[in-house]
Amino acid sequence: MYERLEEITLAEQESTARFSHTVNVCMAAGCMSSRSDAIKDALTKEVEANGLERWCRVRGVGCMGLCAHGPLVSVDTDQSAETLYQYVTPDDAPAIVGALEGPPVERLHCPTNVPFFQRQKKIVLENSGRIDPERVEEYIAADGYTALIKAITEMSPAEVIDEIIASGLRGRGGGGYPTGLKWTTVAKSEGDTKYVICNADEGDPGAFMDRSVLESDPHRILEGMAIAGYAIGAGQGYIYVRGEYPLAVARLKTAIRQARRVNMLGSGIAGTQFAFHVDIRLGAGAFVCGEETALIASIEGKRGQPRPRPPYPAEYGLWGQPTLINNVETLANVAPIIRNGGDWYASLGTAKSKGTKVFALAGSINNTGLIEVPMGTPLREIIYEIGGGVSGGGQCKAIQTGGPSGGCIPAEFLDTPVDYESLAALGSIMGSGGMIVMDESASMVDVARYFMEFCMTESCGRCVPCRVGTVHMHNLLDKFSHHEAAPRDLVLLEKLCDMVRNTSLCGLGQTAPNPVLSTLRYFRHEYIAAITEEAADLYAITPAPPTSRNGATQHAPAQEVAS
Amino acid sequence: MKRPFKTRVRTLKIDGIDVGAREDETILELAQENGIFIPTLCHLEGVHDIGACRLCLVEIKGTSKLLPACMTYAEEGMEVITDSERLTAYRRQVLDLLFSERNHVCAVCVSNGHCELQWLAEKLGISHVGVPYLYPQLPVDASHSFYTLDHNRCVLCARCVRVCDEIEGAHTWDVTGRGVECRVISDLNQPWGTADSCTRCGKCVQVCPTGALFSKGKAVAEMTKRREFLPYLQQMREGRR
Repeated sequence: MYERLEEITLAEQESTARFSHTVNVCMAAGCMSSRSDAIKDALTKEVEANGLERWCRVRGVGCMGLCAHGPLVSVDTDQSAETLYQYVTPDDAPAIVGALEGPPVERLHCPTNVPFFQRQKKIVLENSGRIDPERVEEYIAADGYTALIKAITEMSPAEVIDEIIASGLRGRGGGGYPTGLKWTTVAKSEGDTKYVICNADEGDPGAFMDRSVLESDPHRILEGMAIAGYAIGAGQGYIYVRGEYPLAVARLKTAIRQARRVNMLGSGIAGTQFAFHVDIRLGAGAFVCGEETALIASIEGKRGQPRPRPPYPAEYGLWGQPTLINNVETLANVAPIIRNGGDWYASLGTAKSKGTKVFALAGSINNTGLIEVPMGTPLREIIYEIGGGVSGGGQCKAIQTGGPSGGCIPAEFLDTPVDYESLAALGSIMGSGGMIVMDESASMVDVARYFMEFCMTESCGRCVPCRVGTVHMHNLLDKFSHHEAAPRDLVLLEKLCDMVRNTSLCGLGQTAPNPVLSTLRYFRHEYIAAITEEAADLYAITPAPPTSRNGATQHAPAQEVAS
Repeated sequence: MKRPFKTRVRTLKIDGIDVGAREDETILELAQENGIFIPTLCHLEGVHDIGACRLCLVEIKGTSKLLPACMTYAEEGMEVITDSERLTAYRRQVLDLLFSERNHVCAVCVSNGHCELQWLAEKLGISHVGVPYLYPQLPVDASHSFYTLDHNRCVLCARCVRVCDEIEGAHTWDVTGRGVECRVISDLNQPWGTADSCTRCGKCVQVCPTGALFSKGKAVAEMTKRREFLPYLQQMREGRR
């Protein structure tokens, strides 16, 4: 069964053997937006102009991680270690090509012997920046699809699930639900037709892990989905990608076509009876569609609104059938787990949070970009060593994790190990992996207001607490942010937080108060400072408020219900 | 392996009362059967539930989460609490939010005295609204020859949407927009009078809990609704089958 893969691998190795030098240009969204495609063209032209194309090739690869220093170009040679160039422009092509055999171009050289590159442990991102995401041959040459063949030819579905359970993998989308348990329940659910859905509707502000994986290594997701399909007995998979990721969608489409061509998707995969098809569904810009029941409604062609659970999608999902929904990063971990065994994965991380986690570093941090570290790495190490510290020489004030569902962790907890439980204990969540670093200039009230505005505009409008509660919370935070708040506003804000959290229908509403609650917990003084005496006084002596048609006083603190 | 029985029965406790139930019965149905009052707004007998209004949230022993009674099914040994200080506080807050969201001016409303929202507010003892009113600028659609849609009174319970889709089969109504900007629309956001799919059956008007949908020619407090038609209609349909 492996012959086909070996054939492709050998052919790939043969075709690349003649190249002693490889110039890799990052073609992920971050560098692309800084015209890395033009850089690639310039480099290709330069290589051809110098007649070097016999032993030097130029190719596009996925994200190299250090997005802040983009566009990035790396040069691999037979003899020496990889050379990384930063802030490259198309005009630098002659210099880079000229330095192929000599010492690196000093002004562009980016040292790789720094913690950012040395402290990471890459599993999900093992191929990112190393292979061309638009060529299945390179993925196969990097051991791609061997896990799928191992699963469908050497293992029973139950054994595959056992391996996932042994790995201790937990959902990387934010909830941290044990993946093996989810797979078991879907596998046990009654039904002839089952579905696998890859949730690629990454919407947290400041998070770009899933996009990067899809753009840099799309076949990894397809392989993970096919293995999941085999384990739970599904023949159809859907990737729900947000429409704002056109590059990821284009690469996924290419990857699906190529995977079909090499018979790793479709009917009779690798000569077995197993069939698995994958289709793409595009989101239309709604954050709430990352919630699994809303996502299912959206795939079904309905308005993307959640419904109460239970029943969970494991029992009643897409078109009423048992459905497995996993996040991109979760599925990206599947192939390495099957390849290397669950125990290998479980040896990484902490007691309850196994493996590695990809984080998107953003905000006031020097090394903005994508990193992957073992679970349990202290925040301080992530921010100050890997992240290169706070930008502009400032002091770290707080770190926002988990996006609009998460919270702000103040600097005094920098030594906290990053795992699901530790972050939850601090009133934040792991979330999907966005990490926004804030320096002392950041106002925590403004941070809370920003996230509340996000939740307010992204609420689907189905349930009352989320639809109306977020508006009132936002209006109150607006008052605090303009230093116009009265003492009673704080009371009302806390009351609304409690109500919206406990009564909302789906995760969006239930977690919408988290940024407020966590900033109230650690930075309450900033809220208190925003309460002004004048506002308090003004409130007490409000002069003749406008009256409505029925004559009821409208602005008085206690408003009568007109009846 | 097939189960030897079709529908299982369960026994549970609602507010300390022992209740027997089929597994496909909801807490709300069981409570109503046993004379226990749970406030509801979006629930409508005869169409599927969406759990949107959050008024019927109940406490269940063993879980910290509050669950909507209309969509929670009976489980063996379940202990349900339908009324507590905490639940009442939340229910009042839900009504607070609804009153603040749009311009619910009862005194000039066609449904004054026959309104479910007003009735619930009285029932739950709401004397004032604890949050500032939002006063949105909302239009009234009077383009239909028989009926009027007044967005100022709409609570977005989506009863009209469901009854039109599931009972009449026309699907004239739907919801557009997000969050507080949500609006009930006819066809593809066309004036109701020009909506080709509308059959003028008036089911939406009869099930609307407030004065958002009403018959033309009704003045203040004159709009009464015949909600009993729906269970009756269903009985007739089932009988014919």
